[in-house]
Amino acid sequence: MGPLIPHEILSPEWNNVIAVFIGLAFGFIMEASGFSSSRKLVGVFYGYDFAVLRVFFTAAIVSMIGILYLSKLGYLNFDDLYVQPTYLRSAIIGSVIMGLGFVTGGFCPGTSLCAAGIGKLDGLVFIIGLMIGVVIFSEMFPLLEKTFNADNLGGVTLKDTFGISYEMTTVLFTVIGVIAFYVTTIIGRKIRNVWY
Amino acid sequence: MSYWNEDHKHTYWNPYFGGFMLGLLLIFTFYTTGRGLGASGAMKSTVVFALHEVAPTHVEKSRYYSRFVEKEKSPLNTWLIFEVLGVLAGAFLSGALSGRAKFRLQHSPKITSKRRIIFALLGGILFGFGSQMARGCTSGAALSGLSVMATAGFLTMIVIFGSGYAFAYFFRKNWI
Repeated sequence: MGPLIPHEILSPEWNNVIAVFIGLAFGFIMEASGFSSSRKLVGVFYGYDFAVLRVFFTAAIVSMIGILYLSKLGYLNFDDLYVQPTYLRSAIIGSVIMGLGFVTGGFCPGTSLCAAGIGKLDGLVFIIGLMIGVVIFSEMFPLLEKTFNADNLGGVTLKDTFGISYEMTTVLFTVIGVIAFYVTTIIGRKIRNVWY
Repeated sequence: MSYWNEDHKHTYWNPYFGGFMLGLLLIFTFYTTGRGLGASGAMKSTVVFALHEVAPTHVEKSRYYSRFVEKEKSPLNTWLIFEVLGVLAGAFLSGALSGRAKFRLQHSPKITSKRRIIFALLGGILFGFGSQMARGCTSGAALSGLSVMATAGFLTMIVIFGSGYAFAYFFRKNWI
């Protein structure tokens, strides 16, 4: 029963080997989907290319359904999967800053790696920026620590927070995703083409 | 027709196919490692490693860096560093196979290269800062969080994209 490495069905030495192969697939899929192009990525914010929304939502829907089925069928113990803690205040503040960084720089960290991987200099500059951002955060940390640790709800899921079952979450998210696919297709037809 | 010029030829995957493949990869990642994908954590590890080489006492005294320094283990010896090395190679492989791998600076024809570089750097700084504050970025916090229905996953996804839409108007001249 999975997850394999935490249950030591696969020895922990494999962890970093698997990491490289997972990364290879991750980078390949993102690049092949066009995520190495900042102009394609930000298209989602201006309505001329919805690839980000389509790839992101499809991936989340597929993995939600897959993980749910694997745990129902007894191949995967859902309770042993890592659920990151929800720190309300820092998650909201950090995400607002990340959204601003997204439209400013045209990448997120994973996609900037893809861009740098195929030789795009703006991707490389974005990565340098990321590192500077980490340094600034760390040097300011004594000032930010209180905000950083505020409102910790622990490793909660929507089931814990709102009492929505995993099944219902998956169904609702899928329905929202399909509506989003439909609406963005219609918007896409109406917006003038931007070549990039 | 200009559409068929080399510059405009799109040879990308269908986004739903790309998303499906990414979804399968997420399932595999959770099934084997019990955790999701990530990216920003590797940048943090690189920074911690580099500064620890240059100024070890500063890093060990820092309230933030010191969380990521362990005895007998390099700050670079993390799962995400190995994953990110794979990401770089995987992206290069895909780009090389499709003829997209070459040194270039991509920006809207309406702005200068200098402007693109400045904004890419600023965007990176903001994203780097924000990802530390929110304990993860679009892949580690949002996408992986969604897979296990973490409240933080939904929250970061909604706020990142909501904020992107809210600020998009002010940066429109850089893109369209």
